[in-house]
Amino acid sequence: MSAVFDKKIHQTLADANLQLAIYTATGRLKDKRTESVAEALMPEYQELRTQANALKKHAIENLDYYLEEFERNVEAHGGKVIYCKDGTEVSDFVLGLAKERGVSLLVKSKSMTSEEVDLNERLEHHGLEAVETDLGEYILQLGHERPYHIVAPALHKTRFDVAAIFEKELHVAYETVPEKLSQIARGVLRQKFLDAGIGITGGNFLVADSGAVVLVENEGNARLTTTAPRIHIAIAGIEKVIPRAQDLAVFLKLLARSATGQALSVYTSFLSGPRRAGEIDGPDEFYVVLLDNGRTKLLPSRAKRQSLYCIRCAACLNTCPVYRKIGGHSFPWVYSGPIGAIITPQFMGVSYEPSLPFASSLCGACAEVCPVKIDIPQVLLDLRSDVKKAETREKKNRLEKLSFRMFAWMMTHPRVYAWAGWMARHGPILNVGPVRAWTSQRDLPPRPRQSFRDMWSRR
Amino acid sequence: MALARRRLTGQEACPTTDTIKTSVGKRVSLFVTCLGDQLFPNAGMAVVEVLERLGYAVDFPKDQTCCGQPAYNSGYREEARTVARHFLKTFESSEYIVVPSGSCTSMIGHHFADLFRKEPETLARVEALGRRVFEFATFLTEVANVEDVGARFDGIVTFHDGCHGLRELHIREAPRRLLAHVRGLELREMLPAEECCGFGGTFSVKFAELSGAMARTKLEAIVQTGASAVVSLDSSCLMQIQGALSRAGSKVRTMHLAEVLASR
Amino acid sequence: MSREHILHRVRTAIGRSAGQPPGVAPPVRIRVPTDDSALSVAARVTNMLARVEALAGKTYHAASPEDARAFVAAAVAGKTALASNAPFLADCGIANLPGVRTGIVDREELRECCSTVEIGITSADYALADTGTLVMLSSPQEARLISLLPPAHIAVVPSERILSGLDELFAILPNPAELTSSMVLITGPSRTADIEQILVRGVHGPGEITVVVVERG
Repeated sequence: MSAVFDKKIHQTLADANLQLAIYTATGRLKDKRTESVAEALMPEYQELRTQANALKKHAIENLDYYLEEFERNVEAHGGKVIYCKDGTEVSDFVLGLAKERGVSLLVKSKSMTSEEVDLNERLEHHGLEAVETDLGEYILQLGHERPYHIVAPALHKTRFDVAAIFEKELHVAYETVPEKLSQIARGVLRQKFLDAGIGITGGNFLVADSGAVVLVENEGNARLTTTAPRIHIAIAGIEKVIPRAQDLAVFLKLLARSATGQALSVYTSFLSGPRRAGEIDGPDEFYVVLLDNGRTKLLPSRAKRQSLYCIRCAACLNTCPVYRKIGGHSFPWVYSGPIGAIITPQFMGVSYEPSLPFASSLCGACAEVCPVKIDIPQVLLDLRSDVKKAETREKKNRLEKLSFRMFAWMMTHPRVYAWAGWMARHGPILNVGPVRAWTSQRDLPPRPRQSFRDMWSRR
Repeated sequence: MALARRRLTGQEACPTTDTIKTSVGKRVSLFVTCLGDQLFPNAGMAVVEVLERLGYAVDFPKDQTCCGQPAYNSGYREEARTVARHFLKTFESSEYIVVPSGSCTSMIGHHFADLFRKEPETLARVEALGRRVFEFATFLTEVANVEDVGARFDGIVTFHDGCHGLRELHIREAPRRLLAHVRGLELREMLPAEECCGFGGTFSVKFAELSGAMARTKLEAIVQTGASAVVSLDSSCLMQIQGALSRAGSKVRTMHLAEVLASR
Repeated sequence: MSREHILHRVRTAIGRSAGQPPGVAPPVRIRVPTDDSALSVAARVTNMLARVEALAGKTYHAASPEDARAFVAAAVAGKTALASNAPFLADCGIANLPGVRTGIVDREELRECCSTVEIGITSADYALADTGTLVMLSSPQEARLISLLPPAHIAVVPSERILSGLDELFAILPNPAELTSSMVLITGPSRTADIEQILVRGVHGPGEITVVVVERG
């Protein structure tokens, strides 16, 4: 694996406090999810998963139709849709609009899609102030860090970490009580909501038959972001489209439960267009940015396009024994955990981090909890094959390829295989390579003198 | 492919096969697995003993080697196909194939089909074969229709569910029902349950430190039960767990389910 | 133009052509429960109130609009409050309680008031019994900020507006966008667990929520 990946994993494993923080936090979310979808409480859970998968499959397989339907309905309600190929087009649009309207302060609610395109960096580079309002994201923005987890961005931070960040960046007294820390953030951010000229959100779902953006949250910052400023811009990947408002009866029941174990999150907003005639408050302008940024690269593969079904609940992160050890920052891109492991190579190319699809024991716990039934282990296996094909083409890792060729040859020549087995049991053990890797963590198994076939032939 | 016939509520529906009522005297072929053959022969012998005790005639096709999973999991599909074809040739004429491993059974029963999607003829043969391959515990409960094999084992054990067996083959109840009938045995479940031991094939050496960390978490759960032995369907998991137990200086031993069931 | 470029890439990837009708969509899955607890208003009320309390909200079951008025009067005593323009609040006499402001239609005035007032009082278009949820559609009668900016929110809802759950909501309201630019489902007080997974209420939205269910008789 790349030295960077290896180092990050090692650092995370070596940090006992961090290990405890990650394991405990994900454990809590995992257990809450399990309780909330228990058979007794939610007998229809498996049926809903099947339906959600079917809806996503249908939407993706007819994506152009639903994007156009969505666009028509957004415009029918007075909004505007902007298609963006990449992050540059997104920031160009936002910058252009901000300039036209004389806006210098923007508020943002949590949006992994905006992280994906480094929107804040680009805006700040051009002298705009873009303030994160979700508490976890706000903490990270002050601390200049990337999110650690798709749903709980500051999962890795203790109250002491947060106290230090607030003290340094907000010039307030050192305060470690979480409730008080939240009040400090609330106080600062309140005024930002009221002063901002533009509110930027993501979009949990884009509803084609309504031209609506659905936002799911617990704090109220997305509501404020979309109510106080005069302009609302929602940025969402093209894959977020679902066919009908009524399909939310399936998706909403799965999302909050899968993410945090709540039946519904505190606020679910269904927003279509700027405020209507007579409505007292709400934005005057409503834009939806439909982002490609590589999603069309995932679409052609029938086997792997299910990666686009993801509703970003992070259930896979919370259940993954690997994520729960190596945490979010070990991953090379903004998306971490099992979903990150399958979409990163598809967006960035397998050479971006060739060992990423291999950083899994293929235990399948992720697939078991995915509300939209993405077969993550199968996609990982397909990506592993893609990595090896690329390496063969690029003539990399030839020794490994050779050893597997030999493996295949040996396994089709039983006498050679039997001899190799004898050598493994009686020959010298060299503490190099895989043997050394094994013994660095565990003892070797005792070596039996006879193989099973030896014993069988002596019966 | 024999999988739990009963649809466990809350579980994904899995492909089922007709419950095959066998009678004493039928012949089964043993695929002992490459790891089982070379490093865990006692587990294989225990499988034979249990099957013979139940009245089956066991044969051991000598040309058998491996199911090809290491190559498949490492991304080498062509090499995996080569090994799979050899497996097909070796076992095609067997009426029943019993495998003391959830992961190998899953490879043969589920993933062989992935390998031959572009070869319809081989695919058909592979799918037919897949229907005759059974993980050991599943064979006993679903095909032989027994839960009490007359075993005795005094001690407290805990059971580790290997991930392929658990999540791809949906095996959860079968080994527990078998253990419930072992005289003198007390089964204590681990908490948390169903977490990966960290083996994952080449993952265990490619990501050694991470694999070791996962093993140590599993050890904590094991130790909490107070069990003197860990039992599983997969020698690969047991190898990982035993290696970690031994390194930690623990006296807890590991046993394949077959070894427990062969105990008298 | 990125629009054409992206749509073209999408079509090429999934093998469709421009203007091609979509395949058959999976049928809508809406299951409105028909058991007694779902059908009976009394059961829905009980369920709704229990759910809100489980979320650390406060509740009151008012036997009449007058009863509701008295409860709200006590709740806002000594505090500043703003009531929405919902007709039901006027019907209950809540809108004209002393100390309760109402009748704001100007956006700036509304924002000014909401950012200083201690309690926001609204009605709700619907409520969902199985999750303890308030359903609020933005309209000339119900402004959005009133249930959002003030640190406390009191919602006064006639019992007949309580639905069994999400399925029933989408059964009767298949296209909320036809009615409003904003439909919000409110389930409990604002919360976060972003710091060490410790639950904190009232981060941005109201930390205190009171649901008053009113029997109109």
